[in-house]
Amino acid sequence: MLNYDLAVIGGGPAGMAAALEAKENGVEKIIILERAATLGGILEQCIHAGFGLHYFKEELSGPEYAYRFIEKVKATDIDVKVDTMVLTIEEGNKITATNNVDGLIEISAKAIVLAMGCRERPRGAINIAGSRCSGIMTAGTAQKYVNIDGYMPGHKIVILGSGDIGLIMARRMSLEGAKVQMVCELQPYSNGLTRNIVQCLDDMGIPLKLSCTVVATHGKERLEGVTIADVDEKLCPIPGTERFVECDTLLLSIGLIPENELTRMAGIDLDRVTNGAVVDEYRQTSKEGVFACGNVLQVHDLVDYVTIESKLAGKGAAKYIKGESEKGEYIETQGINGVRYIVPQKINSKTDDDVNLYFRVGSVYKGAKIVVTCGDKVILSKKRPRMCPSEMETVTIKKDVIESIPAGEKLTVRVEE
Amino acid sequence: MIKNIICVSCPMGCPITVELSDSGEVINVTGNTCPRGKAYAITECTAPTRMLTSTVKVNGGRTAMVPVKTSKPIPKGMMFDIMKEINSVEVNSPVAIGQVIIENVLDTGADVIATNED
Ligand code: SF4
Repeated sequence: MLNYDLAVIGGGPAGMAAALEAKENGVEKIIILERAATLGGILEQCIHAGFGLHYFKEELSGPEYAYRFIEKVKATDIDVKVDTMVLTIEEGNKITATNNVDGLIEISAKAIVLAMGCRERPRGAINIAGSRCSGIMTAGTAQKYVNIDGYMPGHKIVILGSGDIGLIMARRMSLEGAKVQMVCELQPYSNGLTRNIVQCLDDMGIPLKLSCTVVATHGKERLEGVTIADVDEKLCPIPGTERFVECDTLLLSIGLIPENELTRMAGIDLDRVTNGAVVDEYRQTSKEGVFACGNVLQVHDLVDYVTIESKLAGKGAAKYIKGESEKGEYIETQGINGVRYIVPQKINSKTDDDVNLYFRVGSVYKGAKIVVTCGDKVILSKKRPRMCPSEMETVTIKKDVIESIPAGEKLTVRVEE
Repeated sequence: MIKNIICVSCPMGCPITVELSDSGEVINVTGNTCPRGKAYAITECTAPTRMLTSTVKVNGGRTAMVPVKTSKPIPKGMMFDIMKEINSVEVNSPVAIGQVIIENVLDTGADVIATNED
């Protein structure tokens, strides 16, 4: 049995930031367990620019953003085990992991940070009719083929879903000489950042078809084309609008799922909307001493926010390990009227800092207000020129406001048009 | 000539209309909510630039490819020409992050540099 103060599961941007922050806050023995061959997580294959504008105030590519943290980790005495798969987390923060050097590893840690990230929703999640021919894959898989392994998975492409990875891959495949026929989006609005619509689709002359989906795939050995159809307000295909589009590759960019198998196994409470753990303001889960941050907690659109969130988890873990955690009552947060969820789901009434609430809205709003209330009292009301589901929103609740909230009350966030 | 563009300088994404003379000079800008939008619209219509990122083949490296970027934004219209240059070179491992792979690519004043080590 190896003994550590802190074990971090996942060595992507979330895990590295949490481990480094814990180190800076005086935690001594830290280990990062990473499934892939290197630290860096998904950033290693995100070679496009646009990372770090908030956190570093400069524009970096994914590998460059990761590199800054990898170098920092290397400069500390944080232990790192790569190619290592965590199998279970058991009672008393006991971790079982495996790799082909150590065999089975047992680790006992005072605190654990869950930073496993997320994975893409696969074809099975949306049940498209058709055979299992080759040429159908998630956008992230294609991204790995092109950017890491160095080959093109196809030449004539249709992309389903306007998530950012899909948009980024539309440009990437076009630059490498592929013909991207179109991007189909089920919703009447795009799910990607505006910047990506302009620079990935408009620049490359790729049409974005809103309220449109793929209803069937054709081809036996290799994909030969797809049938697309327009959808109604209930997102159901409209009969008679079906048409055939020739392609040899269908990329799916239809959403991300936090990878919470370990969390679930450990009996930690999950939020039904985020599919991540229910956490407090330091990202502590329902299990004392177990923290969660990054895309395993909630799917972020910018890595900068992953870093900020993960530093909170690292700080929280350090406080817990040193026995300095606040012992107060929990105030619950609640999103209503257009606000789909809030992270954190609860706040310690004796918290030692201002708390940022992160959330997403359910549809596109222009000129609406974000209103935070506690009982009948309006705590905060802020006008937002534009809000949409693809961009995470945040409001800051001051420490003294939190202290003044009576026990048992809820903090409610809503959209007011 | 009228050009319609979406400002990407902030999440608002204002639709901006730019009126251009026959010689390509900006006559009028409308639809922007703030001055940043106007500046963006003018650059977009007169001399649009983009950061270009791609990959270059590495011999003997940890992975088959090393990611690269242009050291500064390049003219938007030159993206495909620069891609040809990028796809015509190979490098040998070890590659350091920030290492210049192609100097002053197609006389743009921008270098193609590695964005990871390999
Ligand atoms: S014009 Fe101003 S407000 Fe509108 S998107 Fe551009 S920067 Fe934002």
